[in-house]
Parts: sequence; structure tokens; C-alpha cells
Amino acid sequence: MVGTQSTDIERKIGFAIERMPAFPRSVQRVLELTRDINCRPKDLVGVIEKDPVMTMRILKVINSAYYALPTRIASVSQSVVYLGINTIKSLSLSVAAAGMLPNSNLAGFDTRRYLIHSLATAGVARQLCMSVGHEDNDAGDSYVVGLLHDFGKVVFSQSFAADFRKALALSAEEGIPLHEAERRLIGIDHAQVGAMLVAKWTFPAAIVECIRDHHTSGVASSVLRDSLLVADQICRGLTKEDIPVDWEGRSPDGTTRFGDNMASIIDKLGNLKKIIDEARDFAQVEHSK
Amino acid sequence: MKIRFWGVRGSIPSPGPKTVRYGGNTTCIEVRSDAGELIIIDAGTGIAALSQNLLAEMPVNAHVFITHTHWDHIHGLPFFLPFFVPGNKVKLYGAFDLITGQGVQQVMEVQMQYSYFPIREAELRAAIDYHTLEIGESVEFGDVLVKSTLMNHPVTDFGYRVESNGKSMFFSGDHEPWYNIYDPEDEGYAEFQEMIDLKQSVLDDFVREVDLLVIDCSYTTAEYPSKRGWGHGTFAGAMALARRVGAKKLVCTHHEPTRSDDELERVFAEALEQQPGADGGPEIVLSREGLEIEI
Ligand SMILES: [Zn+2]
Ligand SMILES: [Zn+2]
Repeated sequence: MVGTQSTDIERKIGFAIERMPAFPRSVQRVLELTRDINCRPKDLVGVIEKDPVMTMRILKVINSAYYALPTRIASVSQSVVYLGINTIKSLSLSVAAAGMLPNSNLAGFDTRRYLIHSLATAGVARQLCMSVGHEDNDAGDSYVVGLLHDFGKVVFSQSFAADFRKALALSAEEGIPLHEAERRLIGIDHAQVGAMLVAKWTFPAAIVECIRDHHTSGVASSVLRDSLLVADQICRGLTKEDIPVDWEGRSPDGTTRFGDNMASIIDKLGNLKKIIDEARDFAQVEHSK
Repeated sequence: MKIRFWGVRGSIPSPGPKTVRYGGNTTCIEVRSDAGELIIIDAGTGIAALSQNLLAEMPVNAHVFITHTHWDHIHGLPFFLPFFVPGNKVKLYGAFDLITGQGVQQVMEVQMQYSYFPIREAELRAAIDYHTLEIGESVEFGDVLVKSTLMNHPVTDFGYRVESNGKSMFFSGDHEPWYNIYDPEDEGYAEFQEMIDLKQSVLDDFVREVDLLVIDCSYTTAEYPSKRGWGHGTFAGAMALARRVGAKKLVCTHHEPTRSDDELERVFAEALEQQPGADGGPEIVLSREGLEIEI
């Protein structure tokens, strides 16, 4: 990638995120919840942490350089511990005030499908991480990585709509992975863009690298990386009604960490259907009249 | 080090016959180091009476630390007389406000506007300096070291530990001990509990073996459940903290504005009775206007 192009893109995406609206359901719920003086903090956290845009924006403000916290904050509930629910409420309201992401936009990108995939991947990645015990593995990090790993696509769809539309078409026509099409047409892929954003907001290095490398092979294995890759694979094609079973023969490298094969891992997960139903439910809401 | 309380009331000034013994002014604490450095923590209405007292020793060099920007901790600031007299030096310290994106100078700019106060900040005659503190930042001047730590309140709130000549005092500002926002059966419960236990242990270490602990004790244990999330603590919580960290003395403050002197004494006696301490534990008293403590 050319240096000047990279800074130009960086500036553009940094700018884009400031005014990016959140997803319809979370905007509605945040407005509803914050109208109630007795709203339960856990309900508000539950809404915010399901929305990649709100999560990003809150973690961005909290990790900003001018407000150095003793530790890097990587989850919404952790930010509640440090800054209190009232501050989080105020931040979520300011995101809600920016409006809602449309279900599809100029790039022809299906935001609802994106949200279902991200939410389900986050839920499954957390579950996988917990299944291997959590001495050094933070299930919260797995969740955030799952939620944000494809965030670069939302940035593309909002700020590079024309090129991203072409990339989506190219990937479909030639049957090549989307990230390859993005590199060809935009010069950078969504994994790099997502990593760029979280790096700028000083997320822990492990999270930055994990997002950056999620389409790169031959990278050293870790629970965080493997939980994302396996969850990402499990949650492909979730717009169909049934839980997909077309991952046969496409197990990521780190699969064995969690079970003998994909089928047994899914068996062990047990509540996969529940995670997916919740994700669908969250993304299903129509725009309010 | 000498500490004097000029305002001990929470939320709103509450003068009247029922509060004459403990006082109706809002939070303001004066701290003097052995070498004579002047530290003022919070600028509730108590600071007006304090500043009358300072007239006799002008020019003054005051270090004013603001715990947080709620009215009851800043609304005496425009009446701090040293601001109006040339030759005085006032340095104001406080947190950065995440929501407004402003530093501590906002406590002056917001109040000293045409609609709210007849004098603008620019018209003040003293040399005024602002120091927006980062979380955990310490400042040193003369024989004094002031350390800050992040507390739990609906707005960013710093607790300050003042150390000088081998002695130390800590004031919490407004503070509600961290509590779990999840119910025990929720998935997020254990993880959240781990985080708040860690936060609490950091605070415990921060105030360990302090000579004087001054803590927000707005509520009784019975009142607390209906006030959860409002950002204030209880007598019982403060007593437990003082004993746990080996503080020498605890002063309970930020009294409820509706609490009469008699009521205050009654709930305080009841709290002491409900949490009897072991021998050799900290001395525990109520704050009141005019209370002076030397450590
Ligand atoms: Zn207060
Ligand atoms: Zn307050």
C-alpha cells in the first residue's frame, strides 16, 4: 500500500466514523431506555454492546489519549465500571442523535445481514473462548473482536460507496473473497481498515492484530484469533432460516483447540441457535414510522 | 496538617433552625500544610465564609481542587473573594469532562456568564491558573503532594489524597461504592464483579492507612436501595472502608439536605450501633461546619 494513500484513507475513515449513525434497533432502544429515569444499567449496556457503531464510538471516547485510563478499555461493561452508567448513557444518546444506518445503502450493502453476522460471531467467539477456560483469555476481547472484525465493511459502505459496490460485484462475479476485491479496487481491505480504527483508539494490541489478520493465513495461533476464525466460519451465511452446515472441509487452522471438528464444536456450543436467534431478533426491526 | 470544614451538606444549601449545629453550606474543605500551603477541596457555598476568613491574610496563594462539577461542589466559586483582588494567586485543579470535552476551566466559564453572574472570568484580578488533571495524576507544590483517583459518580469525580510532612488525608468527593449492574443469574455477573472488585481494591490501596478519611455518607443502609445509582455512599460502607484500610479517623460528610441535626445524630448513632468496630479501630465522627482537625 502506498504511504500517502494510506494516510488519505485513514483521514477519510477517521472522519467517517465521527458521523456514522448506529443501527435502527439500538437507536430506538437507547432513546426509549434513556427516557426512563429508572432505566436499568444492564439493559442499556445490553443494547449498546450489540451495536458495533455504538460500541466503537464509546470505546473510542473512553480510550482517547486525553483521558488516559490505567488500563485500555475493551468492553462496554468495563467502561461502565470506570466512567459510570450516566456518562455511558450520555455518550450513547449522542450516537443515537446522529440518526440510523439504512438497511441498505448506495453501495448495495446489506447492513442487516452484516449485523446478524457480527453479533452471532461475537456471541459464538465469546462462547468458544470460555469453553477453553479463561486464565489468560478474556472472553470480553473475543466478543469485541467478533463484533468489530468486519466493521471496515460498514466504513466502506458509508464512505467509499461506489468502489465498495464494485468490489461486492467483483467478488460475486469472479467468485473471489471480498477482501481481495476490496484490495484491488480500493487499495486496502476491510480487515486493515477495522484494525486501523481500533489501533487509532489504542485498543489492546492483540485486538488490533486479530482484526487486521482475520483474512491472512499463516499467522501465529492464539485463543483470541482462533475463537474469531472458528466463530466467523460457523456464522457464515446466516440470513437463511437454518443454521448453516456448509462449513465441511473449511475448518480454520485453530479448530482443534475447541473440539475434534466443526460438527463436534457446534454440538458442544449447544446454544448456537439461541445466539443466532437473538442476533436476528436484534437486527430484524423495521424503521419506525 | 490542619483540616477545617466550611461546608458539609450535600446537594443544596440548607440553612435554617434545624441545621444550625452541623451547618447548611455545601461542600468545602480547607487544608493547611505545616509550611502553610493552602489547599481548598471543593467550592460549595462553604467557600464564601472561608474567603471572608482569607481577607486578613492576603495576598493568598490558593490551590483549589474540584472533585466534580455538580453544582453543590462549585456554586460558591464566583464568591471566592481572592479572585477579585490583584496579587492573589489561585490555581484550579479538576478533571477533564468527557461529555463536554472541556477541562476544569468550564466550572468558571459556565457560571460566570452574563445571565448568571455580573462579572466575567476575564475581569477577575487575581492570577488564575487552570490545571486539568489526568486520571491518577499527582501534583506537588511546597511541602504538599496531592494524588487523584477516579471515583464512582454520575459525572467524572476525583478523590484527592493530600500528603504532607508524613501525614495524609483523603476526600472522596461524591462517591457510591461500585455495585454490580447484573443480577447473580445473568451471564455478565461474574465478569462485572471481577472488574469492580479490582476497582475497589485499587481504591483501598490508594487510601490505605490514611490519617484522615473524609467520605460521602449521604444515606443510611435502609435508605440506600431506593437511591442506588444516584452516586452516593452510606455510613456503613464508609465505616467498613475506614476499618478495612486502617484509617486513623473517619469523618462522615455530604449530609442529606433534608436531614435535621437531631435526625443526623440519630442515624449516625444507629449506624455506629449496627456496625460495631473492633478495639483500636478508627475514630468516627460527623462532619460539621467549623470542625477542625489536626493530624
Ligand atoms: Zn454532592
Ligand atoms: Zn455530585
